[in-house]
Amino acid sequence: MGNGTSIGRVRGLGSAHSGSANWLQERFTGIASLIVSLYLLFSLLMLPSINYLTVRAWLVHPLPATMMALFVIANFWHARSGLLVVIEDYVHEHGAKFAAVTALNLAAFAGAAFGVLSIIRLALGA
Amino acid sequence: MASANKVGARNRPLSPHLQIWRWGPAMLVSILHRVTGGGLAVVGLAVLLWWLGALAGGPASYATFSGVMGAWYGKVVLVGLTWAFFQHLCTGIRHFVLDIGAGYELEANARWSVLTIVISVVLTAGVWACILAR
Repeated sequence: MGNGTSIGRVRGLGSAHSGSANWLQERFTGIASLIVSLYLLFSLLMLPSINYLTVRAWLVHPLPATMMALFVIANFWHARSGLLVVIEDYVHEHGAKFAAVTALNLAAFAGAAFGVLSIIRLALGA
Repeated sequence: MASANKVGARNRPLSPHLQIWRWGPAMLVSILHRVTGGGLAVVGLAVLLWWLGALAGGPASYATFSGVMGAWYGKVVLVGLTWAFFQHLCTGIRHFVLDIGAGYELEANARWSVLTIVISVVLTAGVWACILAR
């Protein structure tokens, strides 16, 4: 296995030597999501109902609030990793790809920030 | 790439895509993994943020959320998300098994592919049975 041709490297083709990072992050966040999702699923099914007062009374406790925040972070990170691969697979034109990856990153960070802030607001008794 | 060299670039041979292959269980669940992942990322996370935002917003905003999600179209979305979650979870676990180099024998691969769909449908029915029985 060589490093590709000189002209290939000039054109930005060939290995980036950092491709496995996103692949591994996808797996790590997937495992995190699996664990936290099952905890939240069983917790929510154990609640007598999912009306405002019941869910709020549950979510203000430290463990559910922490798990919900981890759920938001793990899933937005996982979604970012996964959708990045989808964009790389289907969007080949450089400008459109840059725009799509930028929009994905902005949406992922904004969404995670909104979710975590909502949980903090509840947990700290707003 | 196509824009870099317009003359002749359009007629270059392309690798075959979905339309050329005979459908099999592995192909189906691979596509389902991507479709359910995309659906969960876009629709699932949007519903999650709306739910958390409505909780943080107070009883009035939670009532708006509950009103939409309690209607028939909201329930269709929620049942769809539940199934997508379990399907993505099952095919995700399948990917972990494939990642360690196991499960490539044709028969085992096809069997586990089909089982991800069976398990996701059963778990979805189970969760909604719990919710409706409550």
